[in-house]
Amino acid sequence: MAVALAFADPVHEAQRTFRAVMNALARPGTIQPVAGLLDAPAPLSSVAAAVALTLADYETPLFLDAPLAANPDVARYIAFHTGARIAAAPSQASFALIADAASVADFADFALGTDTYPDRSTTLILQMESLMAGPSLTLAGPGIKGETTLTASSLPSDIVERLAANRALFPRGVDLILAGPDAVAALPRTTRIRSA
Amino acid sequence: MYVAVKGGERAIDNAHRLLATKRRGDPAVPEVAHAQIREQLTLAVDRVMTEGSLYDRDLAALAIKQARGDLVEAAFLVRAFRTTLPRFGASEPVDTGAMQVARRVSAAFKDIPGGQVLGPTFDYTHRLIDFLLEAGADIAEPATAPADDAPMPRVTDLLGNDDLIERNPPGDPDAPVGDLTREPLDLPADRDLRLQNLARGDEGFLLALGYSTQRGFGRTHPFAGEIRLGEVELEFVAEDAGFAVPLGTIELTECQMINQFKGSATEPPRFTRGYGLAFGHCERRTMAMALVDRSLRARELGEEAKAPAQDEEFVLMHSDNVQATGFVEHLKLPHYVDFQAELALIRQMRREIAERQNVAPREQQALPEAAE
Amino acid sequence: MALAARATAAELAPLETLAGPGIRMLRAPEIGLVMVRGRIGGDGAPFNLGEATVTRAAVSLATGETGFGHVLGRDRDKARLAALADALWQAPTTREAAEGVLAPVRARLAAEATLAKTRAAATRVDFFTMVRGDN
Repeated sequence: MAVALAFADPVHEAQRTFRAVMNALARPGTIQPVAGLLDAPAPLSSVAAAVALTLADYETPLFLDAPLAANPDVARYIAFHTGARIAAAPSQASFALIADAASVADFADFALGTDTYPDRSTTLILQMESLMAGPSLTLAGPGIKGETTLTASSLPSDIVERLAANRALFPRGVDLILAGPDAVAALPRTTRIRSA
Repeated sequence: MYVAVKGGERAIDNAHRLLATKRRGDPAVPEVAHAQIREQLTLAVDRVMTEGSLYDRDLAALAIKQARGDLVEAAFLVRAFRTTLPRFGASEPVDTGAMQVARRVSAAFKDIPGGQVLGPTFDYTHRLIDFLLEAGADIAEPATAPADDAPMPRVTDLLGNDDLIERNPPGDPDAPVGDLTREPLDLPADRDLRLQNLARGDEGFLLALGYSTQRGFGRTHPFAGEIRLGEVELEFVAEDAGFAVPLGTIELTECQMINQFKGSATEPPRFTRGYGLAFGHCERRTMAMALVDRSLRARELGEEAKAPAQDEEFVLMHSDNVQATGFVEHLKLPHYVDFQAELALIRQMRREIAERQNVAPREQQALPEAAE
Repeated sequence: MALAARATAAELAPLETLAGPGIRMLRAPEIGLVMVRGRIGGDGAPFNLGEATVTRAAVSLATGETGFGHVLGRDRDKARLAALADALWQAPTTREAAEGVLAPVRARLAAEATLAKTRAAATRVDFFTMVRGDN
């Protein structure tokens, strides 16, 4: 069994990635640079791999979408470096890695948390071809002064409706981390969104 | 509630320095090494590992040194340390039947397969202070005797073979094992959660509760079916490797209490059980734990639950000495704002009473029944 | 692997010379926790007793073997050496030499177990019940 290498300096590199994800969630729409893990097995992107290895551990089951599940090296890589178990169903997952973001399952299929424990919901890590090109969205809400714009290439075409439905569940709902080629952005459940 | 205050940094720093000096004691006396605590104060180490809920002899020994021998404080340090570490997984359940036994006694049967092994025990000492220890006397080499590899089945298994004692609840392999370090404790709690709670509970609290059941507060008529001490293998399925790996051995103490029997129109009478398990050599604790475990089963066994040791909320919510010490000792933190509010209130009430007495003496006479 | 887990870092140190070039550290030694489980009544449903510190590491040899080390305690060096022992034991060219390093560990553990057993056996006791007279 040959497992690809991950962080050379696990503590500090994971801390830097964590900070980028935290800032992305705190300031929705901002682009936060992340150094990816170049050895990640395809089709897992280098930035999505860095985020997954930073956040997931033994206690956070992780769901892989069909393209990622098709390559067993991905599950092996995740299991080796994080100890996370691969969730059989999206509703059991703390994190979900989605390579084909445009056809991501209905958000209601993932764990949405409960009113008492809204934190027990899935955080989706969606792989984006680009965070520079593609349709633009106008964002507003906590962490955003006025309005801001986010451009992402690979979101589903009905993302505005989907996120509106997700927001209606508040405090329940999923959070999205968008993993671009060299950076992350985020759409937490608190963000209001419309087509720009 | 207390309101935060600022300031006092220098005083706090200086208090810490003074504490370090006090911890060290007279510099003319050699400093105690944590390895000495680990090797020579082993029962203190075992208690701190158990109540700190972390098996690590070196760490517990260091915590005892840092805490100046305050074992509750040491358990607190250990608990704080464990929160900084990731969890790799859960072990396979340990097999205490396969224990490498160092001590094993039964108060229920005198002849048991494998025999009664006293091991290292205080039980038959005379509790006389040994002043030879003061002088650092040499100790005699322990005696040895030929050992056979006869199995040492659990005493309760022997009763179980004759169907004279209730069976332990079988595990459902698909059901998650309750973990109160991950999910807040909901009542009523299942027995797995109760045992986890008792396993890390304060020994003094468990001892007092166990004692209370013997004195009539929720009597369960116990016999120490078996107490065993020894090493067991620890194994866990490593998610990263994908297979079960041996981690080494740990020392455990186990107590099986045999309790009053129970039967019904359809079931023949059988003895019931209480169970205790702890890290290291913690005999008193495991016995008390087994008594309390059995008491907490009152409702399940259709017994009237009215004694403190049978009250799940009372026991489980007050057993943890780290929580208890935090809440009791927080009373010494600044509560100045709170107390000012209370002072203002009590002054206000007194003023009102005084005013009423001065202003309306006749009103009081008019309503004599109101004064009664 | 059970032997490596119970060895000391010093006992495993000779493995270092067997390793040869091209060793990759797949996972630097990392300290964490394993929840120790017992069973209700000794043989019933599992429950969580408390955690134990565990250190883990993973290495791979130039020839491709991957070795895992998982050991109780917080000794990083020992975890790394245990992973090395696991990898070397899998490689046909180094298995015998790795066994050679572990043999003294096996002997030590056996001697310790025998000593513990014979000392315990010396404290074995036969209780005699006094007859309760009722005349």
